[in-house]
Order: sequence, then structure tokens, then C-alpha cells
Amino acid sequence: MATTPENPVWTGANRPPLRLHVPQPPARPGEAPDFSAQAIPPVGETPRPDHDTPAAQMQGHAFGLIRVLDLDGTASGPWDPQVTPEVALAMLRAMALTRAFDDRMFRAQRQGKTSFYMKSLGEEAVSIAAAFALDDEDMLFPSYRQQGLLIARNHDLVDMMNQIYSNRADRMKGRQLPIMYSVKAKGFFSISGNLATQLPQAVGWAMASAARGDTRIAAAWLGEGSTAEGDFHSACTFASVYRAPVILNVVNNQWAISSFSGMAGGDETTFAARGLGYGIATLRVDGNDVLAVLAATRWAAERARGNHGPTMIEHVTYRAEGHSTSDDPSAYRSAGEAAAWPLGDPLLRLKDHLIKQGHWDEERHAAMEAELMEQVRTAQKASERHGILGHGLNQPLDTMFEGVFEHMPWHLAEQEAQMLAEWQAAGLPEIQRPDIKREEPGA
Amino acid sequence: MTDTRDMTMIQAINDALDVAMARDDTVTVMGEDVGYFGGVFRATAGLQAKYGTSRVFDTPISECGIIGVAIGMGAYGLRPVPEIQFADYIYPALDQLVSEAARLRYRSAGEFTAPLTVRSPFGGGIFGGQTHSQSPEGIFTHCSGIKTVIPSTPYDAKGLLIASIEDNDPVLFFEPKRLYNGPFHGHYDRPAKGWAGHPDAQVPSGHYRVEIGKARVVREGGDLTILTYGTMVHVVASTLDELPDAPDAELIDLRSLIPLDIEAIEASVKKTGRCLIVHEATRTSGFGAELSALVQERCFHHLEAPVQRVTGFDTPYPHALEWAYFPGPVRLAQAFKQIMKD
Repeated sequence: MATTPENPVWTGANRPPLRLHVPQPPARPGEAPDFSAQAIPPVGETPRPDHDTPAAQMQGHAFGLIRVLDLDGTASGPWDPQVTPEVALAMLRAMALTRAFDDRMFRAQRQGKTSFYMKSLGEEAVSIAAAFALDDEDMLFPSYRQQGLLIARNHDLVDMMNQIYSNRADRMKGRQLPIMYSVKAKGFFSISGNLATQLPQAVGWAMASAARGDTRIAAAWLGEGSTAEGDFHSACTFASVYRAPVILNVVNNQWAISSFSGMAGGDETTFAARGLGYGIATLRVDGNDVLAVLAATRWAAERARGNHGPTMIEHVTYRAEGHSTSDDPSAYRSAGEAAAWPLGDPLLRLKDHLIKQGHWDEERHAAMEAELMEQVRTAQKASERHGILGHGLNQPLDTMFEGVFEHMPWHLAEQEAQMLAEWQAAGLPEIQRPDIKREEPGA
Repeated sequence: MTDTRDMTMIQAINDALDVAMARDDTVTVMGEDVGYFGGVFRATAGLQAKYGTSRVFDTPISECGIIGVAIGMGAYGLRPVPEIQFADYIYPALDQLVSEAARLRYRSAGEFTAPLTVRSPFGGGIFGGQTHSQSPEGIFTHCSGIKTVIPSTPYDAKGLLIASIEDNDPVLFFEPKRLYNGPFHGHYDRPAKGWAGHPDAQVPSGHYRVEIGKARVVREGGDLTILTYGTMVHVVASTLDELPDAPDAELIDLRSLIPLDIEAIEASVKKTGRCLIVHEATRTSGFGAELSALVQERCFHHLEAPVQRVTGFDTPYPHALEWAYFPGPVRLAQAFKQIMKD
């Protein structure tokens, strides 16, 4: 039977009809959270191979889960990085500072002080542990949710806020959406906003470093949803082919705005397993276990520094907040999910561990939180002295045309003159050049 | 007296790469088949043997990867010269070019730049069908932050390529592949000419630059200004030579579309009062539309006839019917007649 315009469905050949499979998350609003599909092996089960093990000999790691901290706060197993209490406390502090910063800036957006913000609540360990595992000189190619890298590298909070506020002291001159930082002095690449574009760029940076006989390596981050982009796969091919000294981090926080990880293929296999076909060494790690992330990243860094090639690390975590200030997660996911997430909260898990070890207590923790909130508040006041987006424009108009090219061609010069004339004709005030000195970040 | 040699455009491009690589050890050549083999058109022949595999290397067949990796290398401090084997294959790299390379300086307020020169053979006339003949320059001139340079002679190819590599902004360097081995008169059914003996094939040895953003007046004339670039420079010149009743045309080779030499265009059109725009690319929203608008805005009171375009048609580039598609001598002759009558 042939198809017709009225009935385009071919029904011949006496075969069962085909079905289109569209993945559905285990729970939507109004339903109980369900993480039963998350296989969580016990601490210690996933072995620690030598850092130069051929990728083909460690394929099981793509389906395991590197864990160090048990949910009761005990650290053990072959991946235990055996950090000193000072290092563990420094990571706790950096995670808490990131959380305080996020909290304050999220609120600033809600108060109308800026246009946009993105929190990293629940996945702070992914960034903080990586920054502690890598050298300060290693180059970072982040996505938009790795503010923890800058904070762990002790970047000036005021400089970050200036960018969020697009204020007079914003080194990016108000050109970028809030949180799209660029901090070359901290080895932090300019954030794009287009997804996964930083992956091949990180590979290229690492290839250049290798070609020049440098000793620095690169690391990149992207969400599990973005692994569907072609750039991710191009990056994997190049990383594998040239054995680039790069770490490709897939932050599997379960959600890409309202699309669950299955929409990127997570129901069929792990994201770590994406690396297998490329022959890339692959680790899968409890992303809410800061010690495990530290250990996995150190392993990958050692591998890269020894010219043994790239590593892909899948960080299994949970995005405890909305995607950004622009979406309401209660509209697309079960309300109880964050609380039901089987790998807990990364900050509380490290805190529990340190308390259990006798290096920390509730009192000191409360005091630290108060101190960090005060530090953020002080930074916020300092930043707001340079203006906020919510109070109008802070950038001199002609900065719009600066830096499109190194030297401005005539067509941009003409358009700039037109814009200035329009502004004048409308009787609008000129925006003064900032009188503040733009301090070098990290100086 | 500078030492000069007779070169084809391919030899001139190869020489430019050699000169640039010898002067600056951050210049890095990469692309499909560019290493050991020296490129499908031989543009990179001999470079890997001379400069080693860390500076001249083959890449996977992934245009997105080639440009993305080149941007990362640029951020590191290298000066990459990636090749996209045919301009028809550049589309997988579109996002990396227009959202990343072209905006990196701006979005990072100068912290990071993408000093790439993307070389790519473009244009038709070689029976390449829809996947080896396209002229996609108008897609890129529409995007802010990227330069588009197109040589039409061996002399310009070398000087413009060196200038592009030394430029700190991303440059798309489209090479008219029909001109690689000789100037094209527009007649597919006549024997091809080589570059040997052509005055613009006299290429100085060593380092020189042709400034990006400066057009070249190929021939002076009083009746009509013709704006074109790439292969069509030669097709137009040859057609003007052949026609017994050809107008006294001033032929301008734009050489770079962004930045554009608006002064040369204005001066010529104000002198002649007529303007014909010629490109191989499809017509609608092509760069000719931009040129037409600019001439109309700036020279309206000097115009004695409507600005006209001679272009490829808005179809996919055909294979067997290539010579019915190509804006060759017949289409040009009709346009000359029409514009001089208007």
C-alpha cells in the first residue's frame, strides 16, 4: 500500500509499527523524586590505576564512580588524596565563599541591581577541588558555572562583581552578560555563553603548550547537556589524536535548563563513556565529594604532565538551583529532588568529615560563614561604589565601538559618530570616562 | 633592485607561508592534508619538512575542531594559519568563526585575541559542483570582528597573505582557486593561460606586505566603474579587452571586503557616474548588495544610471551547467550594454 498525501504513513510489509522514543525524566513537578537509576557503588570499589595506564585498559572506570568520602564523613579507599587538614579546610572555605558569593549576587539580581545571575549551588566541589588540584599557571576554559575556579584562585571578589554589575570598573566594559568573566591574570579564559565552544579551544591551547615544550596544561568544563554539541566531539577527536595535555570535565548536574540528562543520551550510557570511543582515559567521579574530585583531577593532571594524554572526567552532581535567574525549576522538576539527591551536599559532606576528624566544629563553621558573608558584603559595597547596572549606563558610549578590531575601520567610525549624534539629539547626558583606576586583577 | 621571480598564485602563497614562518616561530600551519602531502592544491608543499610537525601538521576532518583548536592556540600566543580545504566546507566552523574568533577581542576587552588567518580556496570555474565552487564571503562580511581578504594575483596573494598573518585580528583569506595556476579569461572552452609572463606574477623574494583595506585600480577608465574581486577581476578585464564596443571602464579590484576601501570606490564612481558590481557569489544578500547600497548612499548625485550587479544565480552551484551559471563574458557584455544605455 502506497502512501498518499492524506495518509503519509507507509503501512505495508506486515511489520510492527515503529515507535519514536523520546526520553522522559523519572520525575516531573508533583511527582516524588526518583534517583533509583543512579548506581552508586560503595567507597573504594573503583580502583586507582597508575596515571600512565593505557586508556584501553581502564574502560571500566567510565562506568564506576570514584568516591572517597562516605555519606557519614569517613574518607577511605585507593583514591583518598590524604590531604592535610589545612588543605581540606581551605577547600571548605572556598566552597563556602563561593556559596556566599552566589547567594549575595542572586539576591542582587532579584533586587534589580543587575540583569542576570547563575548559581553553582550543590556543585561547588567540581570547581574548587579542580583549582586545588591544578597549578595556578594551568589554563582554565570554564563554562558559565565555574565561578568557584576564580574564587579558589583567590581572585578579587570586587572585580567579579564589577563584571556582574557592568559598572564603571568592569574590565569587560559592560559588554558581556553577567558572570561571563575573563581573567587572563588568573589563567581563566573568556567565557563565551555559546555552549561547548571552549572545548576545542582548550585542546588547542594544550596542543600549543605541548608544541612549544611548555609545562602548563589546560582544563575545560562543560555541562552534560552540552556534550551533544559537535564542538565537544571535535575536541575529543583532537585531544585524542594529538594526546593533548588537557582535562575535559563533563559536569553532569542532571539538568540542562528543563531537559534532564537523558535528553543528552544519559539514559543509554554514562557521559564518561563518551571518551571511550575516542580512546581517551576516562574517570567518573562523585562530583559532590571534594576529595574524590581532587584525587581524580590530580590523576588526570599527572597523566597530562607525563605526556600520556588527555583525560575525560564525568562529575556526577546535582544542580540544586535553577539554571539561572531566568527560569523557575519548580515548573519542570520535582520539588524534592535536591534534598533527595543521593550524593548529598558537597559542602556539608566535607564539613561533616572535618568535624568527624576533630579538625572543625559547628561553632567555628558558623563563625566562618558569618565572616565570609561579611567579606562578600564588604566586596559588594566596594563594587557598588562603581555603579550598578540597575541604575543605568556606566560605560562611555564610544566603548561600544572599541576593540571590534585592533584598529577601527571607517565604517565603525562612521557608526560611532552616528550613535553619539543620536544620543546628543535626544538630549541624553554623556557618560564620563571612569575616574577610577582599573586595577590589574590579582595584582 | 629586489630579486623577483615568476610565480603562480600557489607558489606565491607557499612562499608567503615560508617567509612568515621563517620570521616568526609562532606561525603555525594546520589543516586537512597540509602536512606531509603539502595540501590538495600544494599550497603548503615542503613546509612540514622545513619547519617540523609541531609547526605544520595534518588535522582530523573537522572544520569546527580546526578553527576551535586554532583559537585556543591563538589564546596561548601562537599565530595559527589554519586551512579549510574548500570554502564550501567552512560551515561546520561557522560558530567558532563568527561567535568566537570574531568576538574574542571584544568580549574579553582585549585580554584574549584570535590572530588567525584562515586560508580557504573558494569560487568556481573548475567543474567542482556544489561542494567545491561556492563563494561564501558574504556570510562573513555580515559578521562584526572578522576581516575578509581576497587576492587576484600572485603578487597580491603573497603580500596580502603575509599582511594577514601579521594582522592581530582574525582574517578569512579566500583564495580564488580558478586563479591558482593562471588568470582566467572566462572562456571554459578555450585553452587555459598560465601565470608565466604576466606582470602581476612577478613576485619579489623575501618579506613584503600589501596593505589590507586598499583596493587596486586595475585599469583606469572614464565611463563606468566596475567593482569586483577574485577570479572576476580577470574575467572582467579579459571581456573588456575582447569586446569591440567595450565601455571605457575603470576596473577596481577590491582585494579586501572588510575593511573596504570606500575612498577608492567613491573617487571612481564620482568620476565615471556609473557603477557595475561583479561577483561569483549568489546574488541575494551578497556583498554586491552592500556595495550597491554604499555607492547609492555616497554617490547618488553623481550617478547617471542605476547601480547594477552581475553575479551568480541564487541556485546551488551546478555541476554540468556550470557555464550557464558562471557570470561569464556573455552576462558581462549584456550588463555593459545595459548600464551604458541607462
